[in-house]
Amino acid sequence: MASEPRASRAIEVEINGERYEREVPARRLLVHFLRDDLDLTGTHIGCDTGNCGACTVLLDGDPVKSCMLLAVQADGASLRTIEGLAPNGELTPLQRSFNEHHALQCGYCTPGMLMSATALLERTSSPSEEDVRYALQGNICRCTGYVNIVEAVVAVGEGTSGG
Amino acid sequence: MLLSEVAYARPASVDEAIALLAGNDGARALAGGQTLINVMKARVASPEVLVDLADLAELREIGFSSAGLLEIGAMVTYAQLVSSSEVDVARPILARVAATIGDVQVRNRGTVGGNVCVADPTNHLPPLLTVLDATFTVRGEGGERSVGAEDFFKGVYLTEVGEGELLTKVSVPPSKGAGDGFAGVTIGKHGTYIVNATATVSEDGVRIALGCVGAVPVRATAMEEALSGGDLGEDAVRAAAEGLGASLDPPGDVHGSADYRRRLAEVSAVRAVLQAASGTGGQ
Ligand SMILES: Cc1cc2nc3c(=O)[nH]c(=O)nc-3n(C[C@H](O)[C@H](O)[C@H](O)COP(=O)(O)OP(=O)(O)OC[C@H]3O[C@@H](n4cnc5c(N)ncnc54)[C@H](O)[C@@H]3O)c2cc1C
Repeated sequence: MASEPRASRAIEVEINGERYEREVPARRLLVHFLRDDLDLTGTHIGCDTGNCGACTVLLDGDPVKSCMLLAVQADGASLRTIEGLAPNGELTPLQRSFNEHHALQCGYCTPGMLMSATALLERTSSPSEEDVRYALQGNICRCTGYVNIVEAVVAVGEGTSGG
Repeated sequence: MLLSEVAYARPASVDEAIALLAGNDGARALAGGQTLINVMKARVASPEVLVDLADLAELREIGFSSAGLLEIGAMVTYAQLVSSSEVDVARPILARVAATIGDVQVRNRGTVGGNVCVADPTNHLPPLLTVLDATFTVRGEGGERSVGAEDFFKGVYLTEVGEGELLTKVSVPPSKGAGDGFAGVTIGKHGTYIVNATATVSEDGVRIALGCVGAVPVRATAMEEALSGGDLGEDAVRAAAEGLGASLDPPGDVHGSADYRRRLAEVSAVRAVLQAASGTGGQ
């Protein structure tokens, strides 16, 4: 048989433009692979039950929760994590807008928020408040009450912030 | 949370996937993983082998059968349903409901096959597909068979899909002028339903099914019959729903007592039928 079940698998993934080849146990969650194997600790583990969205990364451009995906499932995929947004330290308009709008307090949910909002802005350059709330529904923030987060994302689309 | 040790295979064909499922004790299909990974974390399920369906391109297709049925592959995601022109033409209610399941991330991974195979009584698609008179195609080493919703959903987390078998597709009749409605009450916006109702109104009459009130979707047959005269005005629909709650035996939990669910069932059924009758559908 072409694909015998195995307890580990050699995977090849592209993360923030860089290729990685690793042998990973089948049971390893993608978020653990990112954080523990690759030291990409910007992706946070919040609830670890698929509800909070702190672990959101982009898989082939789409936001997914990396605590509900095995690393082996990402074999062959292209991933983007929070580390990929500002590789040279120069913040994106969205990141600057978060700063200007005080869209974070403790910051724990912020990597996930930024990844979900980045995906939204790549599809819809000028999202409405409703679009933003719909796109961020899978990302929970316990500090801000969301108002400033939503304003920050809308402002990037309007070009009134972060430019 | 660390998962227990598990073996993983990613077959390249449906036949290979079935052989892997049939040939390995404790093997489970892995679709979107939006339920399975979580229940593995909680040790509610401990499969020994995961058979990842990700590479089975034929299960990702949406198309039409020669008989004109809308055919949705088991691995079609909610996001795919939402943006499918075939769904939009044939049965747009599927896209409208899929757009309210979970959140963006869940819709990018969660699949039609996973949603029905997990057969969680609170999931969106089982009552919807029941009312739409969908057929479910199950394939095993012995061949393929198609069953209706009444035979597919067997209990809580229990379906017609046996060990060593796969659901390959769900076939849905196109609306042909029928109106569809879906209504209910959720825990938070787009959250899990406390009770939901789906209705469809066509020249064949009214079909209604309720979710979250029993182990499997419950058809509101008395209400359907009461509406067979064709009067779908608000008063008639409300009158037809009377007694529906009393006929049910829903669970009670922290989100709603059994009595509250009985009441919601009537309210939801009325809203769903009125939506369907007005042809507007959706939420
Ligand atoms: C935060 C959150 C909120 C959610 N809210 C909702 C909600 O409001 N409504 C709702 O309906 N759902 C909700 N879900 C569940 C979600 O819809 C899941 O996607 C779905 O229940 C399972 O689909 P999956 O593709 O992820 O399947 P998996 O988790 O991969 O599999 C689920 C089960 O089905 C089996 N299976 C999958 N595909 C097949 C197949 N083709 N043949 C045979 N067996 C198969 C698997 O072996 C497994 O036992 C939510 C999930 C999360 C994480």
